[in-house]
Amino acid sequence: MSKIKRAEGRAVDGLRPMEAKVGVVPSADGSAMFKIGKTIAIASVRGPRKLHPKFLQNPEQGRLRCFYNMVSFSGSGDRVRPGPNRRTKEINLVMESALAPALNLKQFPNCAIDVFINLVQTDAGTRCAAITAAAMALADAGFEMKDMVAAVAVGMSGGNVIADLDYIEDSAEDGVDIPIAMMPNEGKITLLQLDGKIAPKSLDEALKLAKVVCKKIYDVQRKALADHYTIADEPTKKVTKKATKKAKKEAKK
Amino acid sequence: MSQNRIMRDHIRALLKKDARPDGRGFLDYRTCLSVEYGVSPKTAEGSARVRIGKTDVIAGIKLGLATPYPDQQDQGTIMVGAELTPFSNKNFEMGPPSIASIELARVVDRGIRESGAIDLKKLCVKAGEQVWQVFIDIYPINDDGNLRDAASLAALAALKDTLFPTLDKKTGMVDYYTKTKTKLPLNDEPLEITVIKIGDTFLVDPTLEEEEYLDARITVALLKDGTICGMQKGGTEALSTEDISQMVKIAGDTVKTLRKVL
Amino acid sequence: MGKLFVEERQIVIPGDQLATGMDYLPAGGAYRNGEDIRSSVLGVLTMNGRVLRVIPLKSQYRPRSGDMVICKIAEMTNNVWFAQLTESRDGVLTQREVPEYINDGDDLSHYYNYGDYVLAKIVTATRTSIALTLKGPGLRKLRGGRLVEVNPARVPRIIGKQGSMIGTIKDKTGCRMIVGQNGVVWLQGSPQQEGVAMAAIDLICEKGHLQGLTDIVGAFIDERMKDVTDVEEVSHNDAGKMHADEEQPTRTARPQRSEGRSQRGRRE
Repeated sequence: MSKIKRAEGRAVDGLRPMEAKVGVVPSADGSAMFKIGKTIAIASVRGPRKLHPKFLQNPEQGRLRCFYNMVSFSGSGDRVRPGPNRRTKEINLVMESALAPALNLKQFPNCAIDVFINLVQTDAGTRCAAITAAAMALADAGFEMKDMVAAVAVGMSGGNVIADLDYIEDSAEDGVDIPIAMMPNEGKITLLQLDGKIAPKSLDEALKLAKVVCKKIYDVQRKALADHYTIADEPTKKVTKKATKKAKKEAKK
Repeated sequence: MSQNRIMRDHIRALLKKDARPDGRGFLDYRTCLSVEYGVSPKTAEGSARVRIGKTDVIAGIKLGLATPYPDQQDQGTIMVGAELTPFSNKNFEMGPPSIASIELARVVDRGIRESGAIDLKKLCVKAGEQVWQVFIDIYPINDDGNLRDAASLAALAALKDTLFPTLDKKTGMVDYYTKTKTKLPLNDEPLEITVIKIGDTFLVDPTLEEEEYLDARITVALLKDGTICGMQKGGTEALSTEDISQMVKIAGDTVKTLRKVL
Repeated sequence: MGKLFVEERQIVIPGDQLATGMDYLPAGGAYRNGEDIRSSVLGVLTMNGRVLRVIPLKSQYRPRSGDMVICKIAEMTNNVWFAQLTESRDGVLTQREVPEYINDGDDLSHYYNYGDYVLAKIVTATRTSIALTLKGPGLRKLRGGRLVEVNPARVPRIIGKQGSMIGTIKDKTGCRMIVGQNGVVWLQGSPQQEGVAMAAIDLICEKGHLQGLTDIVGAFIDERMKDVTDVEEVSHNDAGKMHADEEQPTRTARPQRSEGRSQRGRRE
């Protein structure tokens, strides 16, 4: 493999710096933020809830619906026009296919599990960031899941198989973008798309790389989910102080 | 959706005992009040995030070039949008912009536009040919009441955060990747305060619980010197002129709490 | 033969490998996948001998016969009410299952109206329908007080073993309190008393996965009650007896989640 120059001296299999946080939308049933490089995705889960209109209901199982949305100021360049378009509708579909295998939808007849994802800022890898955030949000909501779903784009740039393309690599003429989602413990792929030209041997290499890097995404997911509940040891002190102050104010009135 | 009778009666019963569910005074803002600048620095010309208690709203600014309106050849334009979806509140509708999101956007718009805070003439690049359009878009992350105040504060903070992108005057193309150091010129800082009425009581900064049972609401847009530059009444009950005067006065007294966090 | 990868009270996420080999058995929140036992939820691992169970931190309410639930009257026809238990489940309440005698042609809303909340009991629950009753001790339309929504996974912690936690909250705050298995809590006290009770409930919801919680909560309430100045007397009903709500209905005649086998480990 030839040495290539990636931004900030990244290795071919290097991921951009990541950040993840769970429970960022307090009123949601489950929620999570996932940031990779400059791409920021926030997922908010509402469900299970009744699915309307009635003709959409499925008495055998629940329906997972994803709503991917780029906020108007999240695009590189002009303002993103609000509202669904062909691209986002396709992303919704592939996201649903990426996440549904992990869920047990038969538990929720006639219901919908709705996942809303806002991309606050984008720098390539958005559908993967959205899936990664959505999986954390679903776990946060307490849904039974066979496995987590971790997603990242692999691909090619300058003739090399690389992981986690940024916007420049993605838009390059010879760039190949392969968004992949995996259930890490099952070792199975649930999202696979490809844009660009690639030799079959390179594709094999890319898939192998995907397995390795998806595990890294999964580690970030695990830490965020576990941290959300161990960090909860802090609140007592804060709550008492504030509450005592408030109550004292009340008493003075 | 039928109302929750227990909570409707409870909020009123609390007010009779001079109490609110979270223990605040009637005219107290929530104490967890903060503004964060630059939440989407790579792609937005300006952006901000406002938290009022658990209410969490982000706003972002995009600047674009366009031809001016025929009757305002030397003026730029402002457009305000808002998306209220189940992302932030389970009861918001899905699908095309609901009347709630349209109203929120227009109320925030009114305050900014009527205040003249943005000098539209300063947005002119070449009269009759090219002007800057300022797009202000508001996205609630979590709705725990008082989205209007949070949205207006987020919009203003985002405007204050805004820097012009580079404009190649020869080609007329905008280079969004290279920001200039030129801030968006603001003449004033309009902010909106919402005062609600439940029974005979006026409340400031309602939580989601309180908003659900309001009788009437007034949102007042105020300039730094206290001049009113926009108003909107909501709710299904009528207000007397005394009520309105009182609510406007309360708004005027409260806005300094928001100004402090800018 | 078998290997364990986790320890008691560790937080695990879906897909985490808990153990391998046939030595261990999966129960609620855990499942077997070939040689492995994996977690199926985000939760706290507990071990009871060889049985590995994951207690979820949040979950959806699963209605069971005998459960007491607090639900809102959402719809009605000329002879049946529909009560909302959760965002996804409604229950049916027929005329025969209310204590009042209803004449033919009576408007049902005169008895239980849209938006009213009732403390009801589940008679039967299937995958798609729930039958409710208001006939039974303490079951009734709720009046006054306020409601708090909690995640159903926290309900056992808020009640506590044999009602120890809810007892602590009631005794120390002076509030009346009922917890519905569907995650709706009803409280009644002075504004300040209710405030303390709600803060205690918040605390349990945040830290419900920790041990020794009853003492922590007790101490927390004591501290906050020091600043409480207005206290409402707990009222007795006209017959001079305490309302039946003082008896917190707990789930009986079913294995508690923390011991024995539960039927929920099975994947459909």
